[in-house]
Amino acid sequence: MASTIRVRATNNGDTTEVQALIQHPMDSGFIKDAQGQIIPAHFIQQLTFEHNGKTVFLADWGPAVSKDPYVKFSFKGASKGDDLKISWIDNKGGSDTTTAKIG
Amino acid sequence: MKTTSRRMIRTMALAAMLFASGVLPALAASEADYKTALAAAETAQKEAASLRNRWTTTESALAAAKKAAGAGDFDAATASAKEAEALAKASVFQATSEKERWKNMEIR
Amino acid sequence: MRVRSILASAFAACAAAGLAMLAASAIAAPDTPDPVTDAKAFRKFFTDKFPKVKFEDFVNGPYSMDEGLHKQWEEKEQFPPYDFALESGKEMFATPFKNGKTYADCFPDKGIGIRQNYPYFDEKEGKVVTLELALNRCREANGEQPYSYVKDEMASLTAYMAYTSRGKPMDIKIPNDPRALEAYENGKRYFYTRRGQLNFSCATCHVQSPGERIRAEVLAPALGIMNAMPIYRSEWSGMGTISRRLVTCNSQTRAVPLEPQSDEYRDVEYFLSYVANGLPISGPGARP
Repeated sequence: MASTIRVRATNNGDTTEVQALIQHPMDSGFIKDAQGQIIPAHFIQQLTFEHNGKTVFLADWGPAVSKDPYVKFSFKGASKGDDLKISWIDNKGGSDTTTAKIG
Repeated sequence: MKTTSRRMIRTMALAAMLFASGVLPALAASEADYKTALAAAETAQKEAASLRNRWTTTESALAAAKKAAGAGDFDAATASAKEAEALAKASVFQATSEKERWKNMEIR
Repeated sequence: MRVRSILASAFAACAAAGLAMLAASAIAAPDTPDPVTDAKAFRKFFTDKFPKVKFEDFVNGPYSMDEGLHKQWEEKEQFPPYDFALESGKEMFATPFKNGKTYADCFPDKGIGIRQNYPYFDEKEGKVVTLELALNRCREANGEQPYSYVKDEMASLTAYMAYTSRGKPMDIKIPNDPRALEAYENGKRYFYTRRGQLNFSCATCHVQSPGERIRAEVLAPALGIMNAMPIYRSEWSGMGTISRRLVTCNSQTRAVPLEPQSDEYRDVEYFLSYVANGLPISGPGARP
């Protein structure tokens, strides 16, 4: 199955800039469908970025985050060629994970 | 005196009737009033539809009129139907006048 | 009696002169549509109004109107939100129909890099054919159900086709056929006609007020407004087709929308695309 995570990590000497686009409905649980029924809440609860076994970015999300969330952040201590592991878990127990090379 | 007072009474009665016929419908609308108002509104909206220029607010007013009538509230139903008719007529006027007036906005 | 008849004839003469003047001013408006002159005037209007905007940048809509938004958009393009729809569209385009044929069989150049030629005037049919319409006709001709014009599948498909044409200049043709000129003129008239209870025409927002705000949104200029379609709108949390945009613009002015791919919509797309000839296809796009 195609990964839901698209990531690009670019290293510039000291700092690595990470951008990620995650495919997820992020349903808040407040919206009704065309028939007037509530679309059940379905959103990522935790998003983690790890480098060398250490968590460099951790997000605790809720219904306020919109569909197909985009994340951008920077961190120090990585080098080109290193691995960056991204994983998420949602409120229905769904999850996905991927590993990208820092370029 | 007798002629005058009879004439006066007739005039007063006529005035009272005229006054009453003007005031009473505003006090309480009947189902018949609603049906008349709805028919007028729907006719006007049909004309707007033929010009492919209906307004969403006209549709809402028509729906509100039917809903109120369904609940037996003919005052509200008639009022909504009359509003729908006014909106529909305005949309017809818009379509007709825009046939020429669109040129005012044109970049030349 | 004599005086009255003199006055009457004098009055009639004045009235006739007045009518003649009115008639003359009506004739002053061009009788035959002149798209070439229209397009020139259209472009000049916007380049005059926004002298600092690079010509090709008009296709970026609100981003060309506001520097802060432009920066956000540049960043967004590094990781565009339409990426998923685009990938989905690519896959859909390549997937054969139940009868074994593909979309490539319906279109010139196998459907790749042709988006800038749409809409075109079909002289056999005597009507404007848009890309969305052509795609559904392709489906139906191959025994498949047509897609809704306002939902995700059509948006993904047109996103992919637009992507294969990125950078190519819009290239709409109006054949020397009175029906084509009429369709163009219909589209132009639709664009400038006020509608809905709010009494807005397309021009009210996109000619009179580009760069200004309607509630929280910055308005796009009409020049090149089709070039970025289909668009991922943050407001929709998803991808939307040209049909979807036309329908929602209508309802936003409190006009009951027409059916997607109605003559009026096809014609207005024809008009807007034609006056943008020369501007690059930038689709699929992303908007706030």
